[in-house]
Amino acid sequence: MSDLIKIYGGSVYDPANGIHGEVRDLWIEGGKIVAQASDPSAPVNRTIDASGMVVMPGGIDMHCHIAGPKVNVARKMRPEEKRRAERVKRTAITHSGTMGSVPSTFATGYKYAGLGYTTAFDAAIPPLAARHAHEEFEDTPCLDKGFYVLMGNNHYLMKAIKDNEPQKLKAFVAWLLGSAKGFAPKLVNPGGVEVWKQKQAGNVHGIDSMVDHFDVTPRQIISQVSQAAEALRLPHPVHIHCNNLGMPGNWETTLESMKALEGRRGHITHIQFHSYGGGDGDENTFNSKVVPLAAYVNSHPNVTVDVGQVLFGETTSMTGDGPLGYFLSNVYGKKWFSGDTEMESGCGITPIKYKNKSLVHALQWAIGLEWYLLVEDPWRVVMSTDHPNGASFLAYPQIIRYLMDRTYRQDVLKTCHPLVGKRSTLADIDREYTLSEIAIITRAGPAKILGLKNKGHLGPGADADITVYTPHENKEIMFEMPRLVIKAGRVIVEEGEMRESPVGKTLYVAPEYDLELEPDIQDWFEKYYSIRWRNYPVDLSYMHDPEVVGMRS
Amino acid sequence: MATVESKAPASSGDLKIVKDATCTFCGCVCDDIDLTVENNHITKAQRACVLGKAWFLNHEIEDKPSCLVDGQPATLEEGYDRAAKILVAGKYPIIYGLSDSPSEAQRVAVSIADWLDGTIDTTTSVCHGPSGMAFQGVGEVTCTLGEVANRGDFIMFWGSNPAESHPRHFTKYSLMPKGMFLPNGRKDRTCVIVDVRKTKSAKAADIFLQIKPRKDFEALWTLRALAQDIELDANRVQKETGIELAVWQDLMERMKAAKFGAIFFGMGLTMTRGKHANSEALLALTRDMNSHTRFVAKPNRGHGNVTGADNVVAWRTGFPFGVNHNRGYPRFNPGEYTTSDTLANGEADCGMMIACDPMANFSQPAREHLGSIPYIALDAKETPTTRAAAVAFTVATYGINTGGTVYRMDDVPIPLRPAFESPHPSDLVVLENIEKRVKMLRGVQG
Ligand code: SF4
Ligand SMILES: [Zn+2]
Repeated sequence: MSDLIKIYGGSVYDPANGIHGEVRDLWIEGGKIVAQASDPSAPVNRTIDASGMVVMPGGIDMHCHIAGPKVNVARKMRPEEKRRAERVKRTAITHSGTMGSVPSTFATGYKYAGLGYTTAFDAAIPPLAARHAHEEFEDTPCLDKGFYVLMGNNHYLMKAIKDNEPQKLKAFVAWLLGSAKGFAPKLVNPGGVEVWKQKQAGNVHGIDSMVDHFDVTPRQIISQVSQAAEALRLPHPVHIHCNNLGMPGNWETTLESMKALEGRRGHITHIQFHSYGGGDGDENTFNSKVVPLAAYVNSHPNVTVDVGQVLFGETTSMTGDGPLGYFLSNVYGKKWFSGDTEMESGCGITPIKYKNKSLVHALQWAIGLEWYLLVEDPWRVVMSTDHPNGASFLAYPQIIRYLMDRTYRQDVLKTCHPLVGKRSTLADIDREYTLSEIAIITRAGPAKILGLKNKGHLGPGADADITVYTPHENKEIMFEMPRLVIKAGRVIVEEGEMRESPVGKTLYVAPEYDLELEPDIQDWFEKYYSIRWRNYPVDLSYMHDPEVVGMRS
Repeated sequence: MATVESKAPASSGDLKIVKDATCTFCGCVCDDIDLTVENNHITKAQRACVLGKAWFLNHEIEDKPSCLVDGQPATLEEGYDRAAKILVAGKYPIIYGLSDSPSEAQRVAVSIADWLDGTIDTTTSVCHGPSGMAFQGVGEVTCTLGEVANRGDFIMFWGSNPAESHPRHFTKYSLMPKGMFLPNGRKDRTCVIVDVRKTKSAKAADIFLQIKPRKDFEALWTLRALAQDIELDANRVQKETGIELAVWQDLMERMKAAKFGAIFFGMGLTMTRGKHANSEALLALTRDMNSHTRFVAKPNRGHGNVTGADNVVAWRTGFPFGVNHNRGYPRFNPGEYTTSDTLANGEADCGMMIACDPMANFSQPAREHLGSIPYIALDAKETPTTRAAAVAFTVATYGINTGGTVYRMDDVPIPLRPAFESPHPSDLVVLENIEKRVKMLRGVQG
């Protein structure tokens, strides 16, 4: 494929290359951005007039739940919401599908593309089910995809930490990522899920509680895995869902989790859910602790976060945090799924509804917005709804409007529970995002945090994933329906109409490790797993257009 | 698309060992079988149970044309053309079966249904469909089988007879294994079996409870009440369930005292009176038990890859089975779009039956209607369904001749390692060729 495309006259937002709305021409050849056509006499296959338009790299969702066992269980579990939802009809070039909070695979790809997103990472795959995630990825078009591998409750990992065997730990992290063909280590409620498997309503209650039977603490898990990841030079070292998600008073756990990184790089995910003051579970004490947490982030460049914004409405909570699922299902009294995966992880799913009149929910909404607005460096805060946990990814344009339009933000705040203004600082914040800053928190920033050199920017060599927007005063309208979306040099969406639906690449890492340590892993594996050692690793045949992302130098 | 060793090594007449092959005969999907292959024949299937041995050792390549059109031998190309024409000409095409195909082929089958605006349904609708619907009502607390092996100290089977249906269930997953928290294996576990008849499995139980036929629902609600310390009338309980209240009370004490309980249920529960209300009661009981200790439940699914079928249909359409695309988008309504209904109601006007045998298993009105419409059948062997098909493809057997992915009954995806090649095409190849033609005839470019 060597289509030559020229996009001219657009205001380009490419903050990674220091371009903030200047009018520039872009050249695309062979699916990549080029400085100019390699052969100046070659015919230009397509010329796109972007005059008056805004041109950005394709969006990158660095934390969502779009594939694998948990997501698919949620699809099966929630037929009721699909009846009322938008219908995704089959066309001459696209499959049909269903929406609701957990869209079917094809619909997921089309809808992301429709928003101008071209890359997405599923945040929680049990390695035992990695094959399943890869199969769904192949049916999720228009996106380059990867996933994070659940390992914060892995038995081998905890044992290596307990035995103080950092070399084994490092080899194991590398082996596991390579076996699953995953992208990054993910810690979900480190240690807590294992306790949940052991006893009724089990969980760890703080970063220094001991995990029964394994005699390690969440702090040790965070610290040691971040060391192993650093030693391996992983592009995205460690993605952390802290302990005590959703609990009043959990902000201290979150702060301690950031400290447990001891200056090493680490990403704290859906931090909104981890920024609560209060303590005894009483709604009256529930309040925002973004100010002290954001102060820590502002002064510690090793820490990055994504928000996990809550928006009002119905959705499905799904998490690798088994005990959290149990807690939420008791709070909401709705149907509940829990699925524990041997040696590795857990999973909880329950329907959930966020109401603006509920103090807790309205505070969660406000706390999310505080995070975007109180982190000074936009390169270290990333837009996410933790789709579908806080809301659907389809809410991103609405969030952009909240960030770029303080009047709108304050108007909505007035419709919320009256105490929100007192329990958070949102009412006092005047900051408005610029288009450049939006480009950072939705594409350039996540690309940098993920270590993706070819994404999130429009310099020569970048993947030609580009979104062209028609400016509009109402930023929700502007970002809801891009004028054009280009994926790997092909126009895939025009004004909301699908033009093509390529499958997209799978992004994964293949870290090297000491093969002499593998037999130890194999011994452990064969003792406890219910499948065979040789049938565990996912081979390349499961991946459409795989791309190994290199280690950091 | 996954093709794990999907090309079996060409036959060379000499001896070959295939290690860690996967048996797809039942939902246990044992992936630890070592096959000895001699002259395109499996002569040994180490570690396989009686059913698995029969599956591997009796495997014969059908000496039949790969394709019959109207009962006459035809080329594959003729078969593909005719199949596509039949499906495209219909107003209400149905695609059914899927539970004995790898997920790669299942995916293509769902695509075909989508391009045709047709209906796709799997054998789930006639076995564990009620569990699927119960799940949509209350959810499910469950785990992978290795969790049971490592932690399960209280194991209950309800309306399920694994000794005959899933022969390695006890030894591999649920009763015998020495697990991380059960160093003494069987000795560390209590096994309870509840059924309406004394099955072969009963002798494996520490406690066997023979309840009155068609009283599963009442029995489960008795336990639900006891889990919540609700007082019950002893006479009524005995009359309704056929078991004394004291026995139920003792059982509940044991359940509460367990560290990690697991309930496996079978078609004895889901296909008897009450159907999805039964499954719902069992799933709810499991949920209730989690306010006392840890408890999980799991349907003991039958066919090799019926779990894969549920998954594939769900990720592509949002619904697990019985999905209709007549309006151009997926709709779900068991009892309306399920195959036994679309046939018995005379709605379907053409179809494709993939590795299933409705001509042998369905109600008379359903069979009669199927016999009156043109349909395509894919199967590794000759069946009443292939015999009455307008186009019949003899396909290679998955897991023996072809590769792909199978989902174990606990949703763990497992690759297949085929033993030797078949002269017949795989169902994947047949379906891909039909899809290509359907897309052309329907003007689909996607
Ligand atoms: S238990 Fe089932 S899967 Fe395992 S060998 Fe026997 S028939 Fe095959
Ligand atoms: Zn998440």
